[in-house]
Parts: sequence; C-alpha cells; structure tokens
Amino acid sequence: MKGNEVIAHAAIRYGCDGYFGYPITPQSEVMETLMELKPWETTGMVVLQAESEVSSINMVYGGAATGKRVMTSSSSPGISLMAEGLSYLAGAELPCLVINCQRGGPGLGTIQPSQGDYFQAVKGGGHGDYHLIVFAPNSVQEMHDHVAEAFDLAFKYRNPAMILADGAIGQMMEKVVLAPQRPRKTIAEIKAECEAWAAMGKPSGRGRNVVTSLELQSEKMEIINRRLQDKYKALEENEVRYEAVECDDADYVIVAFGSSARICSATVEMARAEGLKVGLLRPITLYPFPTRQIAALAARGVKGFLSAELNAGQMVEDVRLAVNGKAPVEHYGRQGGMLFNPDEVLEALKEKLIKK
Amino acid sequence: MAEVEIKQENLVYAKPELITDNVMHYCPGCSHGTVHKLIAEVIAELGLTDRAVGVSPVGCSVFAYNYIDIDWIEAAHGRALAVATAAKRLNPETMVFTYQGDGDLSAIGTAESIHAAARGENVVAVYINNAIYGMTGGQMAPTTLLGMKTATTPYGRDPRLNGYPYKIAEMMAHLEGATYITRQSVHKPANVRKCKAAIKKAFQRSMEGRGFSLVEVVSTCNSGWKLSPVASNEWLEQNMLPFYPLGDIKEVK
Repeated sequence: MKGNEVIAHAAIRYGCDGYFGYPITPQSEVMETLMELKPWETTGMVVLQAESEVSSINMVYGGAATGKRVMTSSSSPGISLMAEGLSYLAGAELPCLVINCQRGGPGLGTIQPSQGDYFQAVKGGGHGDYHLIVFAPNSVQEMHDHVAEAFDLAFKYRNPAMILADGAIGQMMEKVVLAPQRPRKTIAEIKAECEAWAAMGKPSGRGRNVVTSLELQSEKMEIINRRLQDKYKALEENEVRYEAVECDDADYVIVAFGSSARICSATVEMARAEGLKVGLLRPITLYPFPTRQIAALAARGVKGFLSAELNAGQMVEDVRLAVNGKAPVEHYGRQGGMLFNPDEVLEALKEKLIKK
Repeated sequence: MAEVEIKQENLVYAKPELITDNVMHYCPGCSHGTVHKLIAEVIAELGLTDRAVGVSPVGCSVFAYNYIDIDWIEAAHGRALAVATAAKRLNPETMVFTYQGDGDLSAIGTAESIHAAARGENVVAVYINNAIYGMTGGQMAPTTLLGMKTATTPYGRDPRLNGYPYKIAEMMAHLEGATYITRQSVHKPANVRKCKAAIKKAFQRSMEGRGFSLVEVVSTCNSGWKLSPVASNEWLEQNMLPFYPLGDIKEVK
C-alpha cells in the first residue's frame, strides 16, 4: 500500500470522525482513498473536499471545537496556507491531526520529496509562542502507526499534532499491517472526555463553553501562555520518541529523520563494514526533540555528529543546541526535491568530521 | 434609591433569558445589541438552547459569546462558515449559526462564505452590514457606499481609487445551495419584528436540513459613521436602504 493510502485506512480504523482537505501533489491519494472507501457508510466518518487549505484547516478547527477527532492533510505550500489555522488551534488548545507530505520549496517549488518544512513544523509556522506535536515516519508502517499515536497525544495534551512525512514516504509502496477497526467515540464518550471545554450545545446546569484563543487582558493572556508552556514542558519530559541504531559504541553519530533516516541506516551499515563506528540517532518525534538523548551521546564522548537532512540545514540547529559545544556538529543535505544516496552521506561524514 | 417593585401585570418587557448580565461593550445606538437579543429570543422560543452552537467572528461582535448564554466557537477572521460547516456536519443534531460583520463575511471570508452557501450547508449566517469596519476604527468595508467617508477613504469612496461596493446576498442568491436569502434591518420596531421572524425562519430551515440561509441585517455604526444614534437611523434609511433594499431575496419553498 502507498504511504498516502495507508493514512486513509489508518484514520478510518482509528475511528476518526472527520477529514477535511484540498488536493495537492504529492498527497492527493489521502482524500482520493477516503472518497473511494466511503467511510460515511460504515463508521460514519465525514469526508469533505474544501475549497482551499485555509478552509480545510478551519473546518478542522470547527470539528475539533466540538470534541471530535478530525484531521486534514496537505503538502508544503498548502501547509503554509494553514499556518494561521494551526496557530488558532494551538491557541484554543484543540486536538487534531495534520499531515504534511513535504515537497521541495520555497514557493511553488517542486513536487519531489523534501524536508524543507522542518522549521515550519517544529518552530511554529504560524504566529505566537506555540508548538505542534510533530511525528516523522520513516516507513509506510509508521505512517499508519503515527495516525493513532498522534491522535492519542493530541487528545492527551489538547494540542494539534502533525505527521511530517515527505513525498518519498507518501508515494512509497510497502507491506503494512493494518490496525483492527476501532469504533468511533460515542456522543456519551465524547461528552465524558470533552464536556469541560467543547462546544456541543449547552445543557442546563453547566456554564457555556467558549472555544477561543482571544484574551485582551495582557495579565490573563500571559497566564494562558504560561499554561501552554507548562504543557510543552510536560511533552518534552514525557513524550520524546526516537530510535538509536548502533549508537552505544559509536564514535560518530548521524542524526536523521523520516526518509533521510531510512537512507542513512544504509550508511551506517556501509560504515560498519569499513570498520568505522558509526551510529544513527533517528528522532521519531521532532517536537518534542530527543535533546537529552543527543546530549548524553555527546557527554559519552561521541567525536562528531552529522545532521543529514533533505534541506539546507534546519534540524542541525537543534542538534547543535543539544550537543552544546561538546563535539563538532555538521550538516549534509540535498535540496529541491533531490535525495541523497547512502554513500554520499558516508563521504560527507568522512570529509566533514572523520578526516579532520 | 428604593427598589421599585414591578407587578407582573405591568411587565411589558424583560431581558431574554439567554442574554447574560455582562455589560455590553457595544456603543450606544449600535445594532448589534438588538440583533443579539433577537437571536437569544429565537433560540429560546425554538427550544434550541441545548443544541445551539454559535460561531463568532473577528470584528466588533468578536465577544458575542459574552452576551448570549450558549456554547460558542470563536473563529479566525473570515473563517466562520468553514468552522460552522464542520461543526454542523459532525453534529447534525445541533443548530449551528455564524454571526459575522461585512468585513468578516464579505471581504476576508468571501471564499469560505460563498462556498459554504454553494455546498448548501445546513447553517445560518447572520450578517451585520454596517458598511464600515467598526472594531478597527472605521475603515472602508467592501460594503462602504460610494462617496462615504471612512478612515481609509477620508475624501469619500471613489470607485476609481477604491472600487465599488457589492451585495454578497444577491450573489449568494444565484447559488443552488443557498435556499433562504433575506435582507432585514432593526432601525424601527416594525423592522425588528420582521428581522426576528427572518432569523426564526432561517434557524428552523437549518434544523429541517433545507440548506444554507443568510440573514443580512443592514445596521448602523454611529461611532464609525460619526453620527448620533437617531441621525444614524435616518442616515441608514436615506443612504443604505436605497442601495441595500430590504426584503426576501430568495426563498426556496
């Protein structure tokens, strides 16, 4: 199954209540598959093609505001159009799932894979101090698994979550084990979970629920901001996910996520075959970032880190912050929709770190 | 001062039960307060209190949720009808309406508004048209009349510089999904009664699944227009109504 197609299956099987989207290459198969599967006839899931990504993300906002499990998907230029909505979702503390199947930018760019939206996904993208929970799948199976994991975390923390995939993972075909079908939450279950905040009609006896990110009194707005920051701290404490491959004895560690991590796992094998002690640290969550795990490797005496990314050097900044000067940190990347080969990365590792 | 006891038989008017005790921030003479009251009355009369979800906009009525005691969702500027679309589709048993000004619905939110109408979403847009941006200090709206002075048209709206005003209600009336389009006002008691009937009809139609309704309310903004409340009502009649004539524009039976 294709990565994009599996998103549709995973969403239905998770018991997602609604999908709202707008076609864009290379992720259009998500909505096409949903429309073909007609989940409104089986689970009751709503699927709607909106007139724009601006509208899609605001439909997600409207659905999430009623306590439902809702999602959208897009690719880089479309995600830029959603930036306003993402900020509002984070500000109003609404759980939802957004998938970015990245393509090369800037501007209209290309339709080939890229990881150029790391900053946008991890550092905000919209206005204000906020974070998305960001997952980075490296396989079709993880595309599937991350749908449920991201939804669960989004609801646990009442925060929008993003799956930051790319055109390679979205278009790739692999075998995948699908989760069993879960029923959608009943109205009674949603009420039990979300009655304190969701706008679903005010029964007599409870105060009105207002879903908003607006507070004109600065003193109160600062308190809201502090509450958000406490939530992000809790995420950083409790929800970091990563994979460490051959890192225990590694002299050099490649840090890579998503499709580039997949390529770099071959680099590690090639390096080990040459007798070089190279490991791979793969952040599975980009926010929260495995800062402590990378810091521990630096403290253990790793001689150098290579951040291999399909961009001009974005995650490398977070790796540098984690390493905090204890070892050299270099970047190797390709851009514009180009991928790198495993040997290219090994060459870069030797040239930038090992030979020095 | 001694408290005045009102005998039940003398009581001719009471605050609607769904209007909260919060002090309204609207300027004296503004139409918002009247339209809020009508919405609150209609929701209670239709027995929809526990099923009503309002979507408030960006603009003067951003705080509508402080005054009508139902559940609310505050939307980003212009996006109310996209928000309402999903809220209603995912919760068909609820009565979902948006409350939007002319800047929100017919400038920045034109796409979301037109497409919600075109899809025939079973929601109601209550559209306050006062031909000006009140909240930000009286700038030109898409509905600002030709010649009208605003903060961004200080010499009057000149079509060569600022383009022409447009009527989104008439535009929406061409759309198959839009089944009830009406233009009302609240500047006289008779108009208030007609406006209330229109809101009630629109809310009922949405619950019957009969498609999209727009209730435009030609309104005053005496602060933005820099006129007294009474003079604003006169100005509305003399200047707004010839361009924005009142009455039903479309009703699919």
